[in-house]
Amino acid sequence: MIRRDFALSALRGLIKPRDLVVAVYQSCFDWLALCPRDLNYVSTGAMGQASSHALGLAIGSPERQVIVLDGDGSLLMNLGSLVTIATVRPQHFLHLVFENGVYEVNGAHPTPGTGHVDFAAMAIAAGYQKAVSFSELETFEAALPALLAADGPVMAVLKIIPGEAYPRDYAYIHSAAARENFRAALNRNDG
Amino acid sequence: MSASVEPGHPEPPDGEAIIAQLKEAGVGVIVSVPDIVTSDGLLWPISKDPDFQLIRVCKEDEGVSICAALSYSDTRAVLLMQQTGLMDSLNAIRAIAMDYHQPVCMMVGLQGKAPGETVLGSASYGVRIIPPILDAMSLTHVGIENDTDTPHIAPAINSAYETGDALCFLIGQSPIWTGESA
Repeated sequence: MIRRDFALSALRGLIKPRDLVVAVYQSCFDWLALCPRDLNYVSTGAMGQASSHALGLAIGSPERQVIVLDGDGSLLMNLGSLVTIATVRPQHFLHLVFENGVYEVNGAHPTPGTGHVDFAAMAIAAGYQKAVSFSELETFEAALPALLAADGPVMAVLKIIPGEAYPRDYAYIHSAAARENFRAALNRNDG
Repeated sequence: MSASVEPGHPEPPDGEAIIAQLKEAGVGVIVSVPDIVTSDGLLWPISKDPDFQLIRVCKEDEGVSICAALSYSDTRAVLLMQQTGLMDSLNAIRAIAMDYHQPVCMMVGLQGKAPGETVLGSASYGVRIIPPILDAMSLTHVGIENDTDTPHIAPAINSAYETGDALCFLIGQSPIWTGESA
């Protein structure tokens, strides 16, 4: 199993200034602490919608790398988005699924199918170009550069355990300031 | 804004004119789950129109997120669906469009509404509850019942993107398509 904050730290080292990172729930809170930047898209609003927001960003800015920090419970709420994304086929699209088998911020109740659902297989069946599961940090770190460079959409499923407990700043992720910071940065960098 | 219709104008709207309004407003992306009310008069023509990028989604709430995210790059989009999809997407609309005050523009076919009846007076429960629900959400809605309503589309979309207010067109009759068949 991979500590989530270690996986995010590995990703942090490969993020480029123009990349767009869409993050949800605990992965979002951890990411904001580990890699605060204006091009973090955190206002996904409704559970399950991260992948769809990311697709919209990818359509609007097709030259940029889009990275989704999704959860297994969240993705289960929007499995159809895998098919939609695969159909649009954004070229620079890495979908990271942090699989812990529970609804972590809602009482840690188990998700349906815990331990049995194969998200990588679902992604391939939906039409993703590549999908791989990881349960060891070193293997993920070694594969990450190639995953980012591969033709998308690509999924990486990380079997994770919690790491350091970063604060859950819901007020920020739902704030107008978070959205305005992202909008300003996106259009500034488009120039 | 009321979605009530004018009983004196029963003829359906022209789909080509509606599409022209979308183009006039700078809409370049249509996100859709097929709806029988708008299928022949809007969605099929849009699917063959190179001026639009059509994103076929599996479920309507995907479209709420896609449209909102596109607005960050000033890419104008419309989510085309049936009122059943609108109902299924209410939480996404509540959060992403309304709580976040983002210009999600929707065009909704009212399946089950008979020609000549008003939306609020529809015999269909699924139709007549739509305006009160949108009112409760403070979501602006504009009725499109015939050609006299169509010119309101482009100004309403322009206003939505200028103010950040979400917007919902309610298509009360199946648009007719008299344009070139692709």
